[in-house]
Amino acid sequence: MVGGGSGSKMRHDHIISAKQLSRADIEAVLDHAADIAADPSAYADRHADTLLGLLFFEPSTRTKMSFTTAMKRLGGDIVDMGSVESSSVKKGESLADTVRVVEGYADALVLRHPMEGSAKMASEFVDVPLVNAGDGAGQHPTQTLLDLYTIRENAGFDDLTIGIMGDLKYGRTVHSLAHALTNVDARQHFISPESLQLPRSVRYDLHQEGAKVREHTELDEVLPELDVLYVTRIQRERFPDESEYRAVAGQYRIDSETLKAAKDDLTVMHPLPRVDEIAHDVDDTEYATYFEQAYNGVPVRMALLDLLLEDNE
Amino acid sequence: MTDDDRQLRVSKIRNGTVIDHITGGQALNVLAILDIDGTSGESVSVAMNMPSDRLGKKDIVKVEGKELSQNEVDVLSLIAPAASINIVREFEVVEKHRVSRPSLVEGILECPNHNCISTEDEPVRSRFAVVDDGVRCEYCETIIRDNLPAHILAD
Ligand SMILES: [Zn+2]
Repeated sequence: MVGGGSGSKMRHDHIISAKQLSRADIEAVLDHAADIAADPSAYADRHADTLLGLLFFEPSTRTKMSFTTAMKRLGGDIVDMGSVESSSVKKGESLADTVRVVEGYADALVLRHPMEGSAKMASEFVDVPLVNAGDGAGQHPTQTLLDLYTIRENAGFDDLTIGIMGDLKYGRTVHSLAHALTNVDARQHFISPESLQLPRSVRYDLHQEGAKVREHTELDEVLPELDVLYVTRIQRERFPDESEYRAVAGQYRIDSETLKAAKDDLTVMHPLPRVDEIAHDVDDTEYATYFEQAYNGVPVRMALLDLLLEDNE
Repeated sequence: MTDDDRQLRVSKIRNGTVIDHITGGQALNVLAILDIDGTSGESVSVAMNMPSDRLGKKDIVKVEGKELSQNEVDVLSLIAPAASINIVREFEVVEKHRVSRPSLVEGILECPNHNCISTEDEPVRSRFAVVDDGVRCEYCETIIRDNLPAHILAD
């Protein structure tokens, strides 16, 4: 591996799902990200002639900026398909065709697409490395890696107790993270309204992996035990009407008062953007780690791209 | 004479397939998997809920003029795991084998997730991994547990 000089590599052509990553893969990316974060300038010319192709079929400005920054900080550049509405994507063209064309322009691809399984399918048609940046309600593995990086930096992977709260049914970051945490010594508590509990395919996987999992409807049942509290947004559109949404969402909102029952060294995370599920008065506390978490997306994506490109050179 | 011999003799077919030891009550689903609804003129006989030493009750399906593809046998195994396939040529059983659970079924089932890329107009076949409690879409990971025949792809 670069920088660390350990010689370990990731043996993956594409990054489609956090599930494909072993503990060793995860550690390789996170270790490399830590090296990069410690001395980013050492990597400024690593991939001087490399072009990263960005295919975003739905808007995600933040993720796109993070990948763009990562590639540029490695000395490379991006080619961007642009928005679906723009003329560069012909309506009616299959995804399989689009990726085969763009593959010709770029050394690696990043795909965001509204349908589940799109990244997996696209990867079957290209030879350059493809990174899934979100496929519908499916997977978003680089988000998972930056979450893991943040957890490791702040709470460590040994004897970890984590609470994951909010929309557990539709939240893909949650599914991906929960699965990845089965690689480490973690007890996972899921806190949500009954209507937004984990889908059965995710529960099936966690069960298969022998994960230590418990489900709750109230945060106070577990808050005092937690090392990490990962909060996600409960979306308005999951509820038939505004009043029902308000009633439910209000129960899964935290502020500095709520956190008085927490351990002193609790780490509060959120994939951002937030609406009001974490009150602004939490931002000034020692607990708040979500901005650091967002920043970590850059070194983690740099590390991942570096490892993937290196392996495929 | 075993009960198998007797039943196979009831209405002998000249060329085709006899599927025996189908889980009782599944014969019509087997026909659905084979895409047989009687309209294309095959001669088909179905026996349902016959006594069986091994299964308690079993169904038997005989289809004149059709030999099963591996794909068809694979899906069949999911709803009738004890089934045996007898290939008949000139009134003789020339091949007899048990079905075995495949690890993958391709191009036969349709993913029930309408937001799954495999349901779009893309150059891929549907692909499901066989897991403990059903089959799982290789693209979107949706699991189908019950009523597999309802998910058979329309031609
Ligand atoms: Zn699917």
